[in-house]
Amino acid sequence: MARGRIRARIRRSHLYTFACLRPSTVEGDEPHPIQGPGYSRRVHCNASHMHKKKPLKYSSNYISTTRYNVITFLPKAFFEQFRRVANIYFLVAAICSLFEFSPFSPTSMIAPLAFVLGVSMAKEAVEDWRRFIQDLKVNARKVSVHKGGGVFGRKQWRKIRVGDVVKVEKDKFFPADLLLLSSSYEDGLCYVETMNLDGETNLKVKRSLEVTLPLDSDKSFKDFAGEIRCEDPNPSLYTFVGNLEYDRQIYPLDPSQILLRDSKLRNTAYIYGVVVFAGQDSKVMQNSTKSPSKRSSVEKKMDRIIYVLLATLLAVSIISSMGFFIQTKYQMPDWWYLEPQSPQSCYDPAQAATSGFCHFVTALMLYGYLIPISLYVSIEVVKFLQAIFINQDINMYDEESGTPAQARTSNLNEELGQVDTILSDKTGTLTCNQMDFLKCSIAGTAFGVRSSEVEIAAAKQMAIDPAEQESVASSRLGASEIGLERVVTLADEQGPKPSIKGFSFEDSRLMGGNWMRESNADMILLFLRILAVCHAAIPEVNEETGDITYEAESPDEIAFLVAAREFGFEFVRRTQSSVFVRERYPSSGNPVEREYKILNLLDFTSKRKRMSVIVRDEHGQIMLMCKGADSIIFERLAKNGRTYEESTTRHLNEYGEAGLRTLALAYKPLDEAEYTAWNNEFVKAKTSIGVNREAMLEKVSDVMERELILVGATAVEDKLQKGVPQCIDKLAQAGLKIWVLTGDKMETAINIGFACSLLRQGMKQICISAMNSDANPDVKKTSLLFVTHQAVKEDISMQITNASQMIKLEKDPHAAFALIIDGKSLTYALEDDMKHQFLRLAVDCASVICCRVSPKQKALVTRLVKEGTGKTTLAIGDGANDVGMIQEADIGVGISGVEGMQAVMASDFAIAQFRFLERLLVVHGHWCYKRITNMICYFFYKNIAFGLTFFYFEAVTGFSGQSIYDDWYMILFNVFVTSIPVISLGVFEQDVSSEICLQFPALYQQGPRNLFFNWYKILGMMFNGLIASVIIFSFNVLLFAEQAFRRGGQTADMAVVGTTMFTCIVWVVNCQIALSMSHFTWFQHIFIWGSVAFWYLSLFIYGMLSPMYTGNVYQILVEVLGPSISYWWIILVVTVTCNLFYFVHISIERCFFPMDHHIIQEIKYSRKDVEDRHMWTRERSKARQKTKIGFTARVEAKIRNLRGKLQKKQSILITNNAAASPRSRREERP
Amino acid sequence: MAERGETSSAVGNDAAQVPFTSAQKISKRPKYSRFTQQELPACKPILTPGWVITAFILVGVVFIPIGLASLLASKRVVEIVDRYDEDCIPQSFKNKTLGYMQDDKTNKTCTRSLVVPKLMKSPIYVYYQLSNFYQNHRRYVKSRSDQQLRSKDGEWKTTNCEPESLVGDKGPIVPCGLIAWSLFNDTYKFSVNDTRLDVNKNNIAWDSDRKHKFGSDVYPKNFQSGGLIGGAKLNSSIPLSEQEDLIVWMRTAALPTFRKLYGKIEHDLEANKTITVTIQNNYNTYDFEGKKHLVLSTASWIGGKNDFLGVAYLAVGGICLFSAIAFILVYVLVPRPLGDPSYLSWNRNPAGRWK
Repeated sequence: MARGRIRARIRRSHLYTFACLRPSTVEGDEPHPIQGPGYSRRVHCNASHMHKKKPLKYSSNYISTTRYNVITFLPKAFFEQFRRVANIYFLVAAICSLFEFSPFSPTSMIAPLAFVLGVSMAKEAVEDWRRFIQDLKVNARKVSVHKGGGVFGRKQWRKIRVGDVVKVEKDKFFPADLLLLSSSYEDGLCYVETMNLDGETNLKVKRSLEVTLPLDSDKSFKDFAGEIRCEDPNPSLYTFVGNLEYDRQIYPLDPSQILLRDSKLRNTAYIYGVVVFAGQDSKVMQNSTKSPSKRSSVEKKMDRIIYVLLATLLAVSIISSMGFFIQTKYQMPDWWYLEPQSPQSCYDPAQAATSGFCHFVTALMLYGYLIPISLYVSIEVVKFLQAIFINQDINMYDEESGTPAQARTSNLNEELGQVDTILSDKTGTLTCNQMDFLKCSIAGTAFGVRSSEVEIAAAKQMAIDPAEQESVASSRLGASEIGLERVVTLADEQGPKPSIKGFSFEDSRLMGGNWMRESNADMILLFLRILAVCHAAIPEVNEETGDITYEAESPDEIAFLVAAREFGFEFVRRTQSSVFVRERYPSSGNPVEREYKILNLLDFTSKRKRMSVIVRDEHGQIMLMCKGADSIIFERLAKNGRTYEESTTRHLNEYGEAGLRTLALAYKPLDEAEYTAWNNEFVKAKTSIGVNREAMLEKVSDVMERELILVGATAVEDKLQKGVPQCIDKLAQAGLKIWVLTGDKMETAINIGFACSLLRQGMKQICISAMNSDANPDVKKTSLLFVTHQAVKEDISMQITNASQMIKLEKDPHAAFALIIDGKSLTYALEDDMKHQFLRLAVDCASVICCRVSPKQKALVTRLVKEGTGKTTLAIGDGANDVGMIQEADIGVGISGVEGMQAVMASDFAIAQFRFLERLLVVHGHWCYKRITNMICYFFYKNIAFGLTFFYFEAVTGFSGQSIYDDWYMILFNVFVTSIPVISLGVFEQDVSSEICLQFPALYQQGPRNLFFNWYKILGMMFNGLIASVIIFSFNVLLFAEQAFRRGGQTADMAVVGTTMFTCIVWVVNCQIALSMSHFTWFQHIFIWGSVAFWYLSLFIYGMLSPMYTGNVYQILVEVLGPSISYWWIILVVTVTCNLFYFVHISIERCFFPMDHHIIQEIKYSRKDVEDRHMWTRERSKARQKTKIGFTARVEAKIRNLRGKLQKKQSILITNNAAASPRSRREERP
Repeated sequence: MAERGETSSAVGNDAAQVPFTSAQKISKRPKYSRFTQQELPACKPILTPGWVITAFILVGVVFIPIGLASLLASKRVVEIVDRYDEDCIPQSFKNKTLGYMQDDKTNKTCTRSLVVPKLMKSPIYVYYQLSNFYQNHRRYVKSRSDQQLRSKDGEWKTTNCEPESLVGDKGPIVPCGLIAWSLFNDTYKFSVNDTRLDVNKNNIAWDSDRKHKFGSDVYPKNFQSGGLIGGAKLNSSIPLSEQEDLIVWMRTAALPTFRKLYGKIEHDLEANKTITVTIQNNYNTYDFEGKKHLVLSTASWIGGKNDFLGVAYLAVGGICLFSAIAFILVYVLVPRPLGDPSYLSWNRNPAGRWK
């Protein structure tokens, strides 16, 4: 049985030395005082039937993330649709069209509306269906549940109820929030992976209460009963307050006994647990926010424009109905030809007021063409096609995982072009969560030649930039003077990639046993031993291959162990008290297995920032081995241990600059007596009871970890995803701000900050952390914490104020600040009274890193940025812990191609790698923004140009509501004649090519600055429409005045004037769109000129139909208009005149106030980029937004720094030589 | 060195160059085509100063001759316009026009003399022109039945014709509706030096109307037999397809002032000849203060006399030429070389940088 095997293994809990030897009695623990609101939940363990009726009926384990269900779909989806003002208008209009006063036929009003609603609602339904299927899969997962009498059986997740006892097996997800009762380990431990909750991949230990340990087999649950009283469902992942009443005793529960839904059981054969929170009550579901329906800011603004148009419509209708009222009342009685004495309902001079009102409704519909109904459909179609282009982009296809980019909702395409702040997750998004041992410094000598990604990226940057190259060259010149040894070579990149996971080290001096020949081989030996011995990892032997893999809480340790193995020190076995290392020396050939007795293990905590082991080797020598953060180690060095301090510090700085995680290694030999004395103290501290235990332990450990001797330092690369530094750099150049929100520890986060160049040396770091944030948050102190709440808050407020003050007082224009804040401080900083102060500070900083944040906090920070700055935010993440933030942000991007799909399911766009974000934003975002905004402006233009002609015509028909156009023209107008070219504008237009978008990141700023959808642009386009409508109408009226319009002497009737006006409109709006495009593929030509041709064709065909349908339009083109020269010439003059204004406008704009894309187009057009390559490269480098983050900034800062030093040096030189040659070398300085 | 610059976009490009590795991956890999990658060949016209000026000059050069030609054509048209509504009311009825018009016994004959200003070549079109007459009023426009006009079967399709649809128990009115009911009924007789000038009233309507819209088997019925008499009466023995006055009238005009063709005089008229017109002034425009004009006009290729087309062409052409000159001048004074990088935002405003 598996059970036996596991029992044979060591009790892992003993490794956690601070936790083991914990007093086995629990009398010290008092039950939590649970009462009052917020703590009302009662769970009867193993008695789920008790929870089937009120008041203990809690929600079932069925989860639903859908927005609609079968019943609510229609009303809710309708409601969603009618949030669009225009749709309400069209609904009212469609209803009105059923009555007599409608100027149009009902079909011409209802059909388009039904189409628009149908398309949009079908889209909603499909999207929700996908969510439903996803839920269905989750709800149908199965788990073993106690069915009574000690028998367990499989049950679907959704059928699990609160109080059920479940058995979860290895590598399975927990179906609900469980209270851990027992596990396959006899001390009730289990390992949990919480990747979906906080993004961390390292395992967490959960421990059951001692009292429930005997419940370790199916049978034992036969008579199990107990009652849990605990807090009500809440979203806090890291807290839990409750008591278990079992065997008439009450035991306190804390978060370490709670297994959360969506986390995974690892390394443990099985566990038993009681369901405490199920379904929607579980912490992870409480964390999830309802997936909101997002609308882009362009679309929101569009709504406002529609309000403007509605107001115009209202005004025009009122004018028109007033006119009608006056005409009807005072003049119509004289118009005998209308037979005013036998009135119809709406034309009654005797009841002019009623008629006027009646006409008002008619007018509202008549001028409805001011509101573009097809706009929504066209936008949906265009966005859908744009989304296809995004999905099809081969440059966003990830070869490794085989996933292309995916636009999951097409609503937000143009929003991609307006992003201001990117909020990024770290693990899985920026990093691969894999540590590679890259470099080390032993006894003052640096080893490891491979460059980190950051260095490679920076080197590339230098090589690209000729402008900078000069200065780099000069700085290199200076560098040799100053003593900068490291020269980054590009050749590194071509070197063979390491095949060993976690090990990228390359240096022949250490590899293959060569270290034996180094001068200080004994130090190297010590260094490697520390790597192999000083850790808390466990080896796992693969039974088939015999390979050893390691499991540890942090991936760094794994990297160390892999490195040690590669150097010949393979950690093979751990027993309760010993570590076995197989040491291989090149001289002796055969490996020797050595045993190191672990006497004590002083844990790593984020406050201590170090860990130590005290070992006794085979010779009986006792030694303390310690590794920790350099600052901590250095302050603990002995006087004789500082031999290598200077050189190691230098190396550490270099490593830090290269974005590597560093740790310093030290040791201290101990003699027996010294150790025994200390150990007594330590044991005393460990066995003590009460609040002070931790503090005592810490104090005792601190005594031991002093007077250390420095051995060296390690540098581990937290493997970034491919292309991340470059991408961040580019995004920064495009003017985007990048925040990192991570669940990781502060140190890890800062390291990654360095690796991604979000942080760099010389940047002023503002760390905001709560007081005693790292003191073990023992739940017993909750009450205490409440007392100090106010104090902590004040402290954080102080820190924020001080930091803001510091930024204000900073004079150096190059100074950059980085804000690093931890989750706990964030809880306070996000409170209403403080959040704006915090935001102001954060906005002033070049980079912001929030660490140890919960999913909820990620969402809250996102909301703060979104609402506080009013700018567009984009959140990107890969795990379930990012879902909240992805949903909250204006745009959510999920990383696809990894295991979990939650982030992708919640996202609006899914890309396989972070680096594709650049192309998604800078190319597709930029294009989509321009396309959509251009298209919307044009839509308003054309509808105003068309809609207002109705109004002018009204004025000459006695405001009677007669339309000059045939009903069919009007349907054609929106659907065929003008919509298709608009779609070509919205889908195919490119102001500049994708390469140029990438080469000139500054062009992206046109989006966030909203240059193409500001009121100036919109009103300008509307005014253009107004002019066009006036010209079209007045020219036609003046030309057709009353005389004959053709040689045959015939005069024009309404059909002739109407058709000519409509032809003019078709020409005018199509020429207008051609003018507003800058990129003509054959699609554009076909669509634009094709729709003009289509108009003539349909007029011809329509004219051929029976006069029953066509009335006066019958054969109008062939017989009436075609042969008339006036008809053609009116069109020519009207088309030219209408477009003249816009033409002059764009000519002046381009000639005298050119925008960046104009100039770039011209450079490309005149092939200057080929002829004058120097200029082209210079401009490209200038087009970058000045940034304070990214490796460009790092390179610049470095150059500045070197220059400064050079200058200093020279000025010293000059002063020295002043007497001899007063003007020496002065000219040479640039 | 600049070649290296391409690495900025190479991040994505090298993915494209990696050959397909396994069949399974091909399935999700987007297929490369110039269309899906948005790399279709395109012409990217740019409004360079040269193009702007060329366009302006081109428009000017094309428009001015057209304008001149149109103006000339308009000027060549000879037109006689005579307002007769006021003068054709006897002095004694000036203040009771309604009574005058409605009384069958009053003599409504009126004689006018018109002088031909210039030689008028045949055909000379005779129009009546009404003003302040809202033929485009919605109630009026709708008040007709195309089915009824077209064929005998549609006789009863009179729903739109209210209030002129049915006459009591006698059945439907053919042609029904307000338009037909208010048919214009003034008549003109022309003579020069006591010689009658024939007015050809055939082919004054569109062929398609006569052939397809007004049925040859539809005869007027119950027309003008209700309580209210509107305009002209129709000979009930002539089918609608031959009632050309009605057909012309049924084409509702777009504007409240309109002309309709009355007939054609197929004789040249010498200059300074005096034409005597005998008008039967039957149609009541006095109620709504509408004017009545009699118009005789020749037609050129642009139709009747209207200078607007010519003026519009000349004006637009002129403006374009002027703009061309303005642009040229500005270019001489403030030249901006094409694609001058110093106009880029980061060069123009290096300090402010988008702030």
